[in-house]
Amino acid sequence: MNVVLAKNETGRALSDSFAVARDRLPGGGKVAEARNTAFEAYERVGLPHRRLEEWKYTDLRALMREVPPLAAAPDAAALKQAAAAVKLQAIKGARRLVLVDGVFAPKLSELEGLEKGVTVRTLRDVLETGDAALQTQLFTPDNANPMVALNSAMMTDGVVIEIANGVVLKQPLQVIHAASGATPAAIYTRSLLRLGKDTGATLVESYIAAEGAKAYQSHDSLVVAIGDNSRLDHVRLVEDGRDAFNISSAVITLGAHAHFNTFGMTSGAAVSRYQATITFAGEGSRVETNGVNLLNGRQHADTTLFMDHAVPHCASREVFRAVVDDRGHSVFQGRIIVRPDAQKTDAKMMTRALLLSDDAEADNKPELEIFADDVTCGHGATTGALDESLLFYLRARGLSEKEAQALLIQAFVGEAIESIVNDDLRELAIAAAQRWLEARA
Amino acid sequence: MPLLEVRDLKVRVEDNEILHGLTLTVNPGEVHAIMGPNGSGKSTLSHVIAGKPGYEVTDGQILFRGEDLLEMDPDERAAKGVFLAFQYPVEIPGVATMNFLRTALNAQRKARGESEYSTPDFLKKVREVAKSLNIPQDMLKRGVNVGFSGGEKKRNEILQMALFEPAVCILDEMDSGLDIDALRIAADGVNALRSPDRAMVVITHYQRLLNYIVPDFVHVMSKGRVVKSGGKDLALELEASGYTQFEDAA
Repeated sequence: MNVVLAKNETGRALSDSFAVARDRLPGGGKVAEARNTAFEAYERVGLPHRRLEEWKYTDLRALMREVPPLAAAPDAAALKQAAAAVKLQAIKGARRLVLVDGVFAPKLSELEGLEKGVTVRTLRDVLETGDAALQTQLFTPDNANPMVALNSAMMTDGVVIEIANGVVLKQPLQVIHAASGATPAAIYTRSLLRLGKDTGATLVESYIAAEGAKAYQSHDSLVVAIGDNSRLDHVRLVEDGRDAFNISSAVITLGAHAHFNTFGMTSGAAVSRYQATITFAGEGSRVETNGVNLLNGRQHADTTLFMDHAVPHCASREVFRAVVDDRGHSVFQGRIIVRPDAQKTDAKMMTRALLLSDDAEADNKPELEIFADDVTCGHGATTGALDESLLFYLRARGLSEKEAQALLIQAFVGEAIESIVNDDLRELAIAAAQRWLEARA
Repeated sequence: MPLLEVRDLKVRVEDNEILHGLTLTVNPGEVHAIMGPNGSGKSTLSHVIAGKPGYEVTDGQILFRGEDLLEMDPDERAAKGVFLAFQYPVEIPGVATMNFLRTALNAQRKARGESEYSTPDFLKKVREVAKSLNIPQDMLKRGVNVGFSGGEKKRNEILQMALFEPAVCILDEMDSGLDIDALRIAADGVNALRSPDRAMVVITHYQRLLNYIVPDFVHVMSKGRVVKSGGKDLALELEASGYTQFEDAA
């Protein structure tokens, strides 16, 4: 069966694309070997389809159909196009790392004032000249997920950030993925963030497109290791072009007494999938994950979270809000596993969907697998429309239908956005939500 | 010209006709009380004037300064100067009261082609009104009506009335759920807004409220019609004899 799937037209086109691209991909020896292994793993399945349980709601074979060739390195025109889009997202004071069409763009980046004890390198550099341990860590995402395998095979560039023990960053690290969208192309990036012990950092990732971008595909992957007694705040905003695909994954591991606070919002892209695996590897750690989907037209956005409580005394909270208009389709899959040793686990998941039209769809799939007996776990889900009595009250006070809806939508997603600790980042998320609301008005 | 004219209004909800030809004329400066037993159609009248969905007007007219109110969306009516103080103000979690007030006020001003309030002017105005209504500042930071007591919710309605400065105020059962002290504060707030340019329609089941907000006219509604109109003494008469006589009459 695998052979048959690999031989379909899509698979063949991509095989050719990999063969052509191979020479442009950084890293020889072990890296090249790992790429080949990953590509073979991808080819065994090809683009995931609805008969695979994890992809039941997001049938990439139907939605994507094909993977275009690897994007060319950005030329001066592409960089200029991207620069304008980057400007809108840039946070004052942040250390900014910009990737244009999947290639690090030093001229658009800003690393001045970076604290001592922080090293920033490009993925290309690390794959070409980095030490074996770091290269191995970059290949930790599991090839069992075909889209992760494809990313492992094709990753072109990204950023690799290491924070030494005891270093607390005062300013956020901002990674901006900008697509010039000059031609329909595929972009493959991977980044790594390694926090030592007793550290603190804030990472914000934005996915954006230059104005008038074509139907590009952005394939990204993030590897994060959070050391003992460390805290990472993470914000992820997907504002890709309306014809774009964003297929991303993240693998996050927490040491002991660590804290990971993450917020993700998808308001852009035609089709997006974010698959995150969070593993508690040390006791006494905590994770808060908050997510928002704002969808209209025919947008499809899938958030798939896997919370792995592998050790005792850890807590996780998942709050997810979806606002779906027109024929939009929101998917949330939340899997929590509490392994036999993970006593005193405290895990909760709550999802709410707001459907603004009769054709809007929100699918919610919670999965709790609990193998320990002394734990607190729970999940809840609701789906509904805007409350007519609230709408009338607002309209009776002078708000138009759209204004009244906008205010109630802001309130609905507000709870999740409020989880962002950093004021600048919260403003950035509010502005992104505002752009979505204004575009539908 | 009258501010508000309801002419032979017939309204149904699904298959039931609730108002069977109601007529009411309200001039600037007047305070009208509409009294009547439960189910007489008092609240339906207030909802139809404000434009609440779910009511079908089968006949008659509502004119506001001569314009056809029934052709307007609820927000257009608000901007023109029609205000309904809700019997049961809704709670809106996540929408801070201050943000709501500013959004609503500016939406109305924009619709009228007026400039938006500057932040300092707006804050000054809200604080003044809030103080006169005994509304603490921290209430304005909370979600609209979230965790408010019955009295606080009604005071929040009057706060909005004072801010928006409407031409016609419809007060729907303002006294329901209020104790005597809360009622007095609310009534004082309403009385402060009485003016020669503004009219009020006070809907109530009980005469008690009319001790505080003294009307110029009292109308008795029964079974979807006004069955008797008179001066403020009519309310006292009703208090003594009850509504039964009118139910027979209607």
